[in-house]
Amino acid sequence: MAQIRVENLHKSFDQFAAVHGSNFTIEDGTFFALLGPSGCGKTTTLRMIAGLELPTSGRILLDGDDVTFRRAAQRDIAFVFQLFALYPHMNVEQNVGFPLKCQGTTRRQIKERVRETARLLRIEDLLSSKVSKLSGGDRQRVALGRAIVRRPKAFLMDEPLGALDAEFRQLMCGELRDLHDRISATTIYVTHDQLEAMSMADRIAVMNAGKVEQIGTPQEVYDCPASMFVADFIGSPPMNFLPFAGGLRSGDRTIEFCSVSVAVPEVREERAVGPLVLGVRPEHIGFSDAAALRGRVFGSEYLGTTQIVTVDMEAGRLKARLPSSISVRLGETVGVTFKSDSLALFDGQTGRAVHTANHWDDRHG
Amino acid sequence: MASVGIRQVSKRFGNVQAVSELSLVVNDGEFVVLLGPSGAGKTTTLRLVAGLEQPDAGSVHIGGRDVTRDPPGTRDIAFVFQQYSLYPHLSVYDNLAFPLRSPARRVVEADIRRRVEQTADLLHISGKLKNPATRLSGGEMQRVAIGRALVRDPSVYLMDEPLSSLDAKLRAELRLELKRIQVELGATILYVTHDQVEAMTMASRIGVIKDGKLLQVGTPREIYENPVDYYVAGRLGLPPINFIPADVLPELPMPAGTRTLGVRTEHVQLGKANGAGFVGRVHRVEHLGDQNHVHLECRNQMLVTLADPHQPVTPGEDVAIRLVNPLYFDGQGHRLQTAVRQG
Repeated sequence: MAQIRVENLHKSFDQFAAVHGSNFTIEDGTFFALLGPSGCGKTTTLRMIAGLELPTSGRILLDGDDVTFRRAAQRDIAFVFQLFALYPHMNVEQNVGFPLKCQGTTRRQIKERVRETARLLRIEDLLSSKVSKLSGGDRQRVALGRAIVRRPKAFLMDEPLGALDAEFRQLMCGELRDLHDRISATTIYVTHDQLEAMSMADRIAVMNAGKVEQIGTPQEVYDCPASMFVADFIGSPPMNFLPFAGGLRSGDRTIEFCSVSVAVPEVREERAVGPLVLGVRPEHIGFSDAAALRGRVFGSEYLGTTQIVTVDMEAGRLKARLPSSISVRLGETVGVTFKSDSLALFDGQTGRAVHTANHWDDRHG
Repeated sequence: MASVGIRQVSKRFGNVQAVSELSLVVNDGEFVVLLGPSGAGKTTTLRLVAGLEQPDAGSVHIGGRDVTRDPPGTRDIAFVFQQYSLYPHLSVYDNLAFPLRSPARRVVEADIRRRVEQTADLLHISGKLKNPATRLSGGEMQRVAIGRALVRDPSVYLMDEPLSSLDAKLRAELRLELKRIQVELGATILYVTHDQVEAMTMASRIGVIKDGKLLQVGTPREIYENPVDYYVAGRLGLPPINFIPADVLPELPMPAGTRTLGVRTEHVQLGKANGAGFVGRVHRVEHLGDQNHVHLECRNQMLVTLADPHQPVTPGEDVAIRLVNPLYFDGQGHRLQTAVRQG
């Protein structure tokens, strides 16, 4: 298994810079997600690590070895595409064993390794089955088996669960992570689905327009987003943004928002008067008759334990996650409160987070 | 607007009993969602109401009138399909006006203009009326498709997974819009989907359908808190409800005949292990930001619970488990009622 290091990686296609200046290190055994919308450069980054694209500049190191210009086949990496691609004319055993056969492994060894892989994926009883007879989940397991049978240094996966419906996807996420826990292979997983990244990854790199915006654990990028882009991309519903104008002084514990004083985490930098944005996660909003901030209920969506209540405020539309035991009526006016120590502040022009006491390093030393 | 009555309707295709003895009333101004997996018979039910299929038995009533033998055109319904099929050579305005320009209707052009503008306003696409239909985003196209149904002002709307081809963000936005429009118009809607979130968030009442049979009809809250059987209990809730064989927990008091317990993820509560009660070992913690999903093993059963994201639990750790408000099911999967109500 291996550590993967990306240094100052650039890739341009003609005029278009697909990736500019990525730097990150993925420690051995980490499940690392590259998360971002389509066109953000995540797949290009993955393809460069795999050796399917050559970078315009920068270096890629696999266990300290510079592999930047090495052929894909010489990198000892397994690339998993959409998991469904199986050879229809072969049975499960032949499908799983195929990569070894291509390498010229002896028949006895192939048999042994395929058995071992099948045990790991719990598909031992399917080895002689025809691929066409398999259920969707089993096909995915076979495709995974084909990737892990070689025991490569790392796995690269490009939206492997993209084509599945929500419930099945969640099941496969659990299986992929379980498998990772069993074999601890360094894995880079590309996805545009924040839920997949959050539920599986040890660390997430959020990409936007060819740049890595933030790298951190799932809880870190959720609690302390480095930018409005990250705050908006992660979480469902995403973070609410309420624009306002004002200046900030280091040590401030309140802001003046819509002529109401709102408590915020202690500000740790100075800012001249300008456009700012208050960021509030839906679950950090409460209703209280006494609150000075008022809004009108636009809609309520029941979700079982919780409900999402949409409130129109002077500064914009808010989505609040509340216990479903609270009853709200459409059109009624409500007082809105915020859980002050979890709020975020952003620069309204650059979208970057303002440094406050709610900063991951400040909270976790 | 009008009510829809489906009475004891059955429909068979070859060997497949697509719908069997299904009865359902959609009251005037109600938003009823039929929820079920593919092949459950939900689209067939919709097509039977529309008149696109003829039932083998039973009857369909719209506005109190038996329409079972009436052709689709005379039923005064509008059908919205999953794939928005707009006329690519027409503008948004002309797409919306198209149903009104049907020779059978004879709506004067001034009325058409008024109705199209009203509808566009309702759907927040007024600024796009002059656009060619092809120069719209996916969400806008689906709005126009829904608009084409609204503009006719029919008695009943039938919708077949109209949001499933959209991406997650747009879907969430249009869910809220569709519900708002339905409330504003007081529209009667029969809507089918396999997406439990759509059903929970929009429906006045949900009908859970499986193998052509309607298993339960009720408000989202009734279906979630008070499912009639094992299947319905597993249909709503993400992550799904935990099912535990009764013999795994012999010390737990439960009604006679209980074979399976159902415990919602939010009803498995974790505490410090103190040697007593049920103990589970944490396998994996999923961080979803606003909450954690904790996967744990208790007496060889895998359970999933919701936990506060900042509650410290680590894989390998033993925790005490408390089960709150379990649901009890017998050997056939039927719910055994108890005095305990969910709160």
